[in-house]
Amino acid sequence: MNTNVTWRNFTRAKVTNVSRRNVLLGLAAGTFALSVQLPRRASAEEEKLYGGAGMPGGVKDDPRIFLTIEEDGTVRLLCNRAEMGQGVRTGWATVIADELEADLTRIRVEQAPGNQALYGNQNTDGSRSMRHHFQALRRIGAAARTMLEQEAASRWDVPADEVRASGHQVTHANSDRSFGFGELARAAAERDVPAAEDLVFKAPEDFQHIGKDVNNVDNLDITTGSPIYGIDKQLDGLVYAVIARPPVYGGKVKSYDDTEARKVPGVIEILEIDSPDIPSAFLPLGGIAVVAENTFAANKARLLLEIEWDAGDNQSYDSAEYRKTLEAASEQPGEVMRNDGDVDAALADAAERISASYYLPHLAHASMEPPSATARFADGKCEVWTSVQAPEALRTDLMKRFELAPENAVVHSMLLGGGFGRKSKPDYASEAAIISKALDGRPVKLTFMREDDIQHDFFHTVSVERLEGGLDENGKTVAWLHRTVAPSIGSTFEPDVVHQSAGELGMGAVDNPFDIPNLRVENPEAAAHTRIGWFRSVYNIPHAFAVQSFAAELAAAAGRDHKEYLLELLGPDREISRAAMNDTSVYGEDPELYPYDTARLRKVIEAATEAAGWGRDLPEGRGLGLAAHHSFVSYTAVVVEVEVKDGGLIFPRVDIAFDCGAIISPDRVRAQLEGAVVQGVSLATLGEISFKDGVPEQSNFDGFELTRIDASPVEIHTHLVPSLDYDSPLGGVGEPGLPPVAPAITNAIFAATGKRIRALPIRDQFV
Amino acid sequence: MVEFSVNGTKHSFDGDPETPLLWYLRDLAGMPGTKFGCGLGLCGACTVHLDGVATRSCQTWVSDLDGVEVTTIEGLSEDGNHPVQVAWRELNVAQCGYCQPGQIMQAASLLSETPDPSDEDINASMSGNICRCGTYPRIRAAIKLAAERAGQ
Ligand code: FES
Ligand code: FES
Repeated sequence: MNTNVTWRNFTRAKVTNVSRRNVLLGLAAGTFALSVQLPRRASAEEEKLYGGAGMPGGVKDDPRIFLTIEEDGTVRLLCNRAEMGQGVRTGWATVIADELEADLTRIRVEQAPGNQALYGNQNTDGSRSMRHHFQALRRIGAAARTMLEQEAASRWDVPADEVRASGHQVTHANSDRSFGFGELARAAAERDVPAAEDLVFKAPEDFQHIGKDVNNVDNLDITTGSPIYGIDKQLDGLVYAVIARPPVYGGKVKSYDDTEARKVPGVIEILEIDSPDIPSAFLPLGGIAVVAENTFAANKARLLLEIEWDAGDNQSYDSAEYRKTLEAASEQPGEVMRNDGDVDAALADAAERISASYYLPHLAHASMEPPSATARFADGKCEVWTSVQAPEALRTDLMKRFELAPENAVVHSMLLGGGFGRKSKPDYASEAAIISKALDGRPVKLTFMREDDIQHDFFHTVSVERLEGGLDENGKTVAWLHRTVAPSIGSTFEPDVVHQSAGELGMGAVDNPFDIPNLRVENPEAAAHTRIGWFRSVYNIPHAFAVQSFAAELAAAAGRDHKEYLLELLGPDREISRAAMNDTSVYGEDPELYPYDTARLRKVIEAATEAAGWGRDLPEGRGLGLAAHHSFVSYTAVVVEVEVKDGGLIFPRVDIAFDCGAIISPDRVRAQLEGAVVQGVSLATLGEISFKDGVPEQSNFDGFELTRIDASPVEIHTHLVPSLDYDSPLGGVGEPGLPPVAPAITNAIFAATGKRIRALPIRDQFV
Repeated sequence: MVEFSVNGTKHSFDGDPETPLLWYLRDLAGMPGTKFGCGLGLCGACTVHLDGVATRSCQTWVSDLDGVEVTTIEGLSEDGNHPVQVAWRELNVAQCGYCQPGQIMQAASLLSETPDPSDEDINASMSGNICRCGTYPRIRAAIKLAAERAGQ
């Protein structure tokens, strides 16, 4: 059977040199332009919107959309962002509890289905859920509280300012009367929603939950095995599918023989799914799907398929060769993306010149829940249950692919067993829908085996970063040249993209805060040979590794203490305008609201080094390493203590200091930082996807190894440097902990052993 | 035909003898609390107890289970209040939570054999369980908390 999916009509938006945000927006604008917001043109600069307002669908704050109060007082809160472990559901409940004056334990958080027009932007990436929604959540809670108060006041026929909501009820103190929220809710919901400017918000000193530790709202479900994740969906008559996809990106099925596969007990159907031309954006890769009575039977049959593939143009992709290509490109000038002073002259005049080249390989996301989706396409309606970061991207694909009206493309968002950017791309859910349609509407659960997940990821980019610096006779850095060479995520959407986008370069390459008069950032060409996608903290990983390693190398060349030298490079406290750094993306935020504040980076460096006892005497074989980085408009510094022992690395202690502005859920922020440290250790010490003959050489956790508890840092100390100003712009939390971890580790190894590691993963290079 | 119990309920099976317990539980018995992570015994997400001992259900054939008592995360305790579950909630161990059923089953098995585990014991027992979110420091702390409570 052939499902004959037509790819030709798929219109891809132009994405060259636009931010990651616009890539998604462009995709959403296919033929359904009428039902979604049109992409903003660069020429509309004067009306450019930033932050949540600049996202497709914007931010919604109507309490009637998000809140339902039952007669028994239960508050049901719709969370419009995906939960993948970052704690957004807990954060949402925390803010609502405070502004609504509700009892936190009586709030039930539910996931909103995909519907950007109704719920506002739902694309959960870029560390921006709370950053974009905190004030809207306050408005939602305060508006609902005001409506409840107004309803009570009118029932008692007293002025509204004599009544007050608190502890899940509204009280009239003068007459000692009160109504529970549940008694008021139905009538209160009929009242007009107060205008935002008339709302009175809780003063931060009165917050009961915001800024305080609260328990994860999903703790009970998680610890008792409730079926909350996309992969857990159960439906009557469910059948199970896996797909053999082209091993090389861009490959297609030439022919296949399923005789043996069909003999496996429990096999129901085997069908071919057409492969797209590349670049293929979020489209499924095609291949041969096997449907069976359970996942094991489907996979057993899949392994018996005999498939002849047409591998396509990428079959010569070889990581060792490609590294040489990137290194050669880094030796030549590239597109100049920032140019302060005269770097060539300063280098020529320098008392000492040093250069270094850093290599970071592809990575796989490997969320513990692999991509999976359940679909039922019956009676002209396609329903999908899945864990996805971008439900609207999925809905748009379903509407376009099957020519469905919006109400017939239904995406039920379930919890994600990790995402890290992989689940921003809903190819797996489209696959489930394609198969269900081919089976005349039988519900189908499609699961990526771990091998599928690792081999058909949207990989983190691969990069060579070449740095050159010039020191004057006093050891001061007077020249800095950074060439960053890495295939762009834009290459997954548009042919011939060979340069990083402004958003990618704005992740630690052009937004370099160092007080160096002659500073140039260049971006030579790099063509992609596989699918590249967003991975937690994205291009900050290679950029921060190179910049923070090279700063330490300059300090060593000058014979100076690394921390003192890093603070000198940072220079006097100042707010650097984004324009001065040619940073045109600023993570989608208003550059006026978010200048680069070097004092904030200095303070986290001081907090981390002080807590770690920077400068203390250490036994032989131990060292402290430092790195600091700004990303997602937050500031992070990490000090790693490393011990090199018996040919292995031990991390007795890591200190991570963090400033994301005001903090809503400190315990969840700490958890994100702890997790970032462990994930940073993992990518620095073990993380690599390498290609041979166009195919990843790793396929499961034996080849793509992840850090386990025995190699995890023994102690991780988090140091929050929070602002108490809850009206100031917030920073991101989920991603910014990660970038400085790897360079802090290699800087620590240098301190311990004198050995400088410039290529990841570290593995045993320190021996 | 094999007969065994899952969380005290009788089950019987006469399908493909190579069917792993993991997929029996998830796809055929409608009990998805036990998680799929790798299918090769490399990650621990699928950990259950066979006669009280932590075992990877992806590496266990249902046809080998005759007479065995299987316990899954859904049946570890009646009310979700096994000391390990309580400690996990108290320390807010979970991030995404997906690995945690396997971690909890492994930790419960560890504590039943080694009531007061050292760091080395914890490393030895728990290093087969991967957490991609990086909750290891809290897993370690929660195991110690549960052990301390039991010892009181
Ligand atoms: S799924 Fe069984 S060990 Fe990974
Ligand atoms: S909590 Fe997410 S994998 Fe462990």
